Amino acid sequence: MTFWELFQYPFMQRALIAAAFTGVAAPAVGTYLVQRRLSLMGDGIGHVAVTGVALGLLTGTSPTWTAVVVSVIGAVVIEVIRSRGHTNGDVALALLFYGGLAGGVLLSGLGGQSSARLQEYLFGSITTISIADVIVTMALATVVLVVGIGLSPQLFAVAQDQEFARVAGLRVGFYNVLVAVLAAVSVSVAMRTVGLLLVSALMVVPVATSQQLTRSFRTTLLAAMVLGAAASVGGLVLSAYLSFHATVAPGPTIVLLSLAGFAVTWPVGAWVRRRARLREPFASVPAPEHEPTEHVHQHGPECGHVAVRHGDHVDYVHDGHRHAVHGAHYDEH
Amino acid sequence: MSLMNDALPVALEDGAVAIGGRPILRGIDLEVPAGQFLALMGANGSGKSTLVRSLIGLRPLAAGRLLLFGTPLERFHDWSRIGFVPQRGGAASGVPASVWEVVASGRLTHRRVFRPLSGADRAAIADALDVVGLAGRGGDGVATLSGGQQQRVLIARALAGEPDLFFLDEPAAGVDLANQISLATSLGRLKERGATIVLVAHELGPLAALVDRAVVMRDGRLAYDGAPLADHAVHEPVFGDPHTHHHHASHHQHDHVPDVRSPLEAGQ
Repeated sequence: MTFWELFQYPFMQRALIAAAFTGVAAPAVGTYLVQRRLSLMGDGIGHVAVTGVALGLLTGTSPTWTAVVVSVIGAVVIEVIRSRGHTNGDVALALLFYGGLAGGVLLSGLGGQSSARLQEYLFGSITTISIADVIVTMALATVVLVVGIGLSPQLFAVAQDQEFARVAGLRVGFYNVLVAVLAAVSVSVAMRTVGLLLVSALMVVPVATSQQLTRSFRTTLLAAMVLGAAASVGGLVLSAYLSFHATVAPGPTIVLLSLAGFAVTWPVGAWVRRRARLREPFASVPAPEHEPTEHVHQHGPECGHVAVRHGDHVDYVHDGHRHAVHGAHYDEH
Repeated sequence: MSLMNDALPVALEDGAVAIGGRPILRGIDLEVPAGQFLALMGANGSGKSTLVRSLIGLRPLAAGRLLLFGTPLERFHDWSRIGFVPQRGGAASGVPASVWEVVASGRLTHRRVFRPLSGADRAAIADALDVVGLAGRGGDGVATLSGGQQQRVLIARALAGEPDLFFLDEPAAGVDLANQISLATSLGRLKERGATIVLVAHELGPLAALVDRAVVMRDGRLAYDGAPLADHAVHEPVFGDPHTHHHHASHHQHDHVPDVRSPLEAGQ
């Protein structure tokens, strides 16, 4: 069997379709998470989804659907804890994450499932994906894309400035929960491709890569989706090619390829930003008439400036006004 | 409809705000007639930002009654009439955004979901960028602009919704003099269009010429309500500003004769 003959096999074709849909959908949600500085939220939802998968394996139902349900519930709980803004919010999130992971491992043990079965979901097993799973993946990815792109003006505004969005009459709470639910759905979609423990990479790394070179939100979003699809399809093909020589799993290959894209783009982005800074004209601001912090001497009894007692301290008359020592500088009194 | 338009843009009666159980504002009565440029002033911590935030529903009132355009806040849904310019910092986020995109988000009060931008939306966005002097900068990344320019982007965002009542929270804070002057020009154009403006400021600087009425707050209460005051007067001891404020660019023309500031203290 040659490398090119591999593409004639139905399992490879199913894997390619699933990889393409996942690769486009995950960064579409990931962009909003990065914008709200919640890049690790996908990771947390992934941990919670482990319980969902184990529940599916235990009860004999489709692990994809139980993962969707449990991770949506987990995502809404995370969002509620976060929006309440308690100071111990991140501890509550940590409890949820580890509870999800431990619960999943425990449940799958109870069900007598081998750890290999759970591992398919933890690290991905795109080449064993069934037709039914491909259809579910396509459907859910389409929902994520329609909502994520169709509502992008609203989601952008809420993620950019919540208070402004509230004054603009948007239901901020609703949109926050919506993003959490979309994240949960794309985690469940992507778990077959890269696995629950690596799912966040597919949501965040393409966004980090695309924003090295973009200036607007729209191009960042679209470029991230293109990069995500390229990384997951490219990673799958690369791992298939390499598997003739060694055991290469598709999930980690996809993530590492995505990270390689970032590693290549980042120096270019850093160079462009540096050039932009150097090109920026120096703002012509009229110099202040008097800058009190620049003193060649320490005010004191011998400095020659007239001393004036002022409450509990002494001011020194300097260029027609009074200076009072305050730490390393002078206040105007 | 005419009744709606004639109603006072803002009417707060005996308002009080508590944060974390601690009273921050007490006994605030404030009415802002249409077309007025009101400067809300006071020392840091006097409650001026909290007052503005409670007027637009970001801080719940612990007591009192707030009417916006004659409608109680709970039943107020006409958010397209209100423009809010928060303190700078809201302009940049975790993902790059262009000036045009940030300003376009101000148009959401007029847009329905799953609908593309209309021609009127685009015209309003272009007009808003023009008013703040950023026409032609729409494609630039917000994060690459200076502080003063970012502040003007936030004003344009509020402007794009074509509201008739503006709330601005410290728009001139940390902005250099040149940008304060262009800020004043932008706000002057809004005033000419007949907008009602409530401006929170620690110092007015070049904005002073626009102000019709000054309200000074001290320790969560209204300490002064009347004709505009000079920056200097707002920091009189009677308004509770201990003169701990540091040297600032807009201070440099002040009279620093000691006895003017502290007439009751023994001079030498």
